[in-house]
Amino acid sequence: MSLQELDTRPAVTALRRKDLLGIADLSPEEIALVLDTAVAMKEVGSRPIKKVPALRGKTVVNLFFEPSTRTRTSFEIAEKRLSADTLSVAIGTSSVVKGETLADTALNLEAMSPDMIVLRHSSSGACHLLSRICRSAIVNAGDGTNEHPTQALLDALTIRERKGRLKGLKVAIVGDLLHSRVLRSNIHLLTKMGADVWVCGPPTLVPAEMKRFGVQVTSHVDEAVADADVVMLLRLQLERMEGAYFPSQREYFQVFGMTEARLRLAKPDVMIMHPGPMNRGVEIASEVADGPFSVILDQVANGVAVRMAVLYLLAGGAEHEEAA
Amino acid sequence: MKKLLRGGRVVDPVNGRDGAFDILIVDGIIAKVGRDLPVDGATVVDVPAGLVVVPGLIDMHVHLREPGQEHKETVATGVTAAVAGGFTAVACMPNTSPVNDSATVTSLILAKAAAANLARVYPIGAVSKGQKGELLADIAELTAAGCVAITDDGHPTATALLLRRALEYAGMFGIPVVEHCEDPTLKGDGVAHEGYHASRLGLRGIPGACESLGVERGVLLAELTGSAFHVAHMSARGSMRAVRKAKEAGVRVTCEVAPHHFTLTDEALGTPVPYDTNTKMNPPLREAADRDAMIQGIADGTVDVIATDHAPHHYDEKKVEFDRAPFGIVGLETAVSLTFDRLVHAGHIPLRRMIELLSVNPARVLKLPGGSLSEGAAADITVLAPDLPVHIEAAKLRSRSKNTPFDGWQLHGGVAATIVGGRTVYANSDAAWKE
Repeated sequence: MSLQELDTRPAVTALRRKDLLGIADLSPEEIALVLDTAVAMKEVGSRPIKKVPALRGKTVVNLFFEPSTRTRTSFEIAEKRLSADTLSVAIGTSSVVKGETLADTALNLEAMSPDMIVLRHSSSGACHLLSRICRSAIVNAGDGTNEHPTQALLDALTIRERKGRLKGLKVAIVGDLLHSRVLRSNIHLLTKMGADVWVCGPPTLVPAEMKRFGVQVTSHVDEAVADADVVMLLRLQLERMEGAYFPSQREYFQVFGMTEARLRLAKPDVMIMHPGPMNRGVEIASEVADGPFSVILDQVANGVAVRMAVLYLLAGGAEHEEAA
Repeated sequence: MKKLLRGGRVVDPVNGRDGAFDILIVDGIIAKVGRDLPVDGATVVDVPAGLVVVPGLIDMHVHLREPGQEHKETVATGVTAAVAGGFTAVACMPNTSPVNDSATVTSLILAKAAAANLARVYPIGAVSKGQKGELLADIAELTAAGCVAITDDGHPTATALLLRRALEYAGMFGIPVVEHCEDPTLKGDGVAHEGYHASRLGLRGIPGACESLGVERGVLLAELTGSAFHVAHMSARGSMRAVRKAKEAGVRVTCEVAPHHFTLTDEALGTPVPYDTNTKMNPPLREAADRDAMIQGIADGTVDVIATDHAPHHYDEKKVEFDRAPFGIVGLETAVSLTFDRLVHAGHIPLRRMIELLSVNPARVLKLPGGSLSEGAAADITVLAPDLPVHIEAAKLRSRSKNTPFDGWQLHGGVAATIVGGRTVYANSDAAWKE
């Protein structure tokens, strides 16, 4: 059975939108289109010459205001495989340290006519701000605690590869829900695609009104993990933990840490996912992270394909290529 | 200099008037109110049908930003906005730079107001020196210089002990303590109401309890000290409950609600413009149950005053990431239309109650002259146009700053004219006012 037969066949062939600000704005058809396109893009990465001319002549700026290894590298590789001209601006080397506003930084970059800006920023909504003032396509590479859409897309691709579908799967997301942009994007994506989403964390780290997101909320990790097809751990953002959200990392691991024993409650073919970077021995036991159910490195591999798909589709996809 | 306002509907709750009366103004003073007054050499102004003559409106919570933040607003631009909004008087907050904690700053503000010669300006002094929350400001000096209340607005009074002493000490001068009610530890680095919309947008939350704790603290200390305590810009239903109970118990507490808190909810954070920094204010736009509790409190008399918390910010300061933007919106020029549209025409309150909220009660809370059309009082008069269609355009606001979430709104009801000391300082060309 092919992937297309399992999921809804997309009725659309391009992302008819200027930007990718979040999963919240996407339709299930658009999500399926990105995932299907990513499958094709993944094939490019397996070739001896890992390059296609899809974005030849396009300029992509990676504007990163937060430290990021995985996401930035992944975007850069994706852009290069699509033959885009790319450059990365990281905070510390930019004018921001001289007191320039985000809007001015963006407008100055715009004056050099890039086609796309990939933005990582610590403020929720930073991409929306840029979207309003820039002609370039804005791709959200993580904004504050709002969204990280390409992460959710690569997670979905990884799940679909293994399970053949998203609909009807029980997905348990465990960890720091309050500070997680990965959580918000994944909730949007998984609920739109028909998964049964459970979220779990200490009540101090659960956002207000979580139930209204169409998910099951629990503080009992065993309940979340029971019969789960997928268990996704979220990073404890230890740098944001000044507020005494829980007594200690040790206690957190005792109550919420994903151990081999806990994992036995899940389905026998459960997938273990983590967006990284991991705190081993805090939210996840090393035996689980390195164990047979872990797909954590597959997620990273799929990140490149998903980002290629997003950039390609925002640039016009097949329609653009036909016109060119 | 005699002027006769002839034939309009007059609503003057203090004197129990609601009907067609003439008002004779002589040398800036209301000389006579009655039916069919003789012209006797006065300039006659016939009040067009449909307009309503009321005591001058008073906004007891504005930030005029001068001295120190003149890029946002000045006393002159602020009072220009005030009279365009129908206000004949405003009380201005002390969180200027330097803070209004001395007669020097108070006098400067009053001198600027006199030079502008539009709305009357009543400064409110700081509770603590430099609003640092440590030592009481020189409250006798401030009162003598013209301050009508004290507050550390912008922030809550730092400690319960300082608030207690401020209440006790201010009580000696018969002035209230106006409090920005908030528990700073619950606020943390929050930027929006803690609820569904903030959760969805990934914005750090400020729960309603953060404000209500501050209200409860103040109410208890008002009871302890017997002094007058006024809750500024109330937004949360728990706060309304606390004030209602305190009033029933006879505590000397009053409160105000801002138009944005009886109009908008936290849904505005995400729509129509996601992360619009003009939806960021403190206290934040709350959920529908809170907004409805504000309307209920306004209707049932728990709320004393509608005040705008007019908080101008330059567009540079607002054109940033949501969590980096300053809190606050301008309100002077939209308050009357929002009150008409959302409260009076929506059937929640009659016009008379609107005048109590916007004129009678602010005068009473701050012990200001005004709030009535009594003979012998200064002729501070607002002429309202209840049926005027009003289109809010941010770019056309007279305030130096344009930070409003109501740009493009179409509202029902507005201001026809504003008269201060008998002099017409604002006449709305869209209304039928002519003189």
